[in-house]
Amino acid sequence: MKSAVVQLPGLNRDRDMIAALTRISGQAPVTVWQTETEIPDVDLIVIPGGFSYGDYLRCGAIAARMPVMQAIREKAAQGVKVLGVCNGFQILVEAGMLPGALMRNASLKFVCKEVRLEVVNADTDFTRAYAQGQIIRCPVAHHDGNYFVEAETLKSMEDKGQIVFRYAEGTNPNGSMMDIAGVVNEAGNVLGMMPHPENLIEAAHGGTDGRGIFASALDVIAA
Amino acid sequence: MIKARVTVTLKNGVLDPQGKAIEGALGSLGFEGVHQVRQGKVFDLEVDTLDRAKAEEQLKAMCEKLLANTVIENYSIALV
Repeated sequence: MKSAVVQLPGLNRDRDMIAALTRISGQAPVTVWQTETEIPDVDLIVIPGGFSYGDYLRCGAIAARMPVMQAIREKAAQGVKVLGVCNGFQILVEAGMLPGALMRNASLKFVCKEVRLEVVNADTDFTRAYAQGQIIRCPVAHHDGNYFVEAETLKSMEDKGQIVFRYAEGTNPNGSMMDIAGVVNEAGNVLGMMPHPENLIEAAHGGTDGRGIFASALDVIAA
Repeated sequence: MIKARVTVTLKNGVLDPQGKAIEGALGSLGFEGVHQVRQGKVFDLEVDTLDRAKAEEQLKAMCEKLLANTVIENYSIALV
């Protein structure tokens, strides 16, 4: 399956993401710059982490208004899978493609460590490689990952299985509501998550727990 | 040209860890009896029009599209 990685000024996890996608799918993703208005024919579009536009105004706020986001919105409406990791997640909520908002960590500190994630919904395009309720390891590195959504929307998201990952075993690093670490849109083809699965995909990383997300999205689970 | 000030504040019910930290710092400086500190943002802008209604309409659109995240924030517009 073909993939694309979006590049914006200030994003710095794009190379890690390109390496992960290349290793898992066997082919390098195409890169798409922020001003592009058309995205090549791919099955998965990834918005990587970093600090787009220096986190000015609000994390992801300015990136979410760049031309490439309109193109991504159109692709998502056609059913193309979109994955946003860390700043990518912040950009997706700012673009209104995912519900809620990501606020400053409750501790007010930047957190860079490993957490545990519970796979709350293993029946999505991004989590089929995992078992329902499986606990996986995953690194986090962010300052604004404190997920907030109003009660009514939260209830609807829970009913529809849109909560995909929760911080498990008391490892919530940011005060996120209901320990939410990753959510999908209603259609199930847009996933945003704060943790960095691309940094735990090979032995040299100390584990491969993050691999399942890419294997699921790229349809190479058996590989 | 019209000058304007846009104020963006967190909605009620949205936790504000920064406001809490500031409240704590005020307490440690000896300012007693300070409660409910909430941090917000202020934007000062100049708009190239003399039509106040039009300026207000433009500013509202700016708030909705960029200056505020209406999931968690309210905004108010004051023309100077």
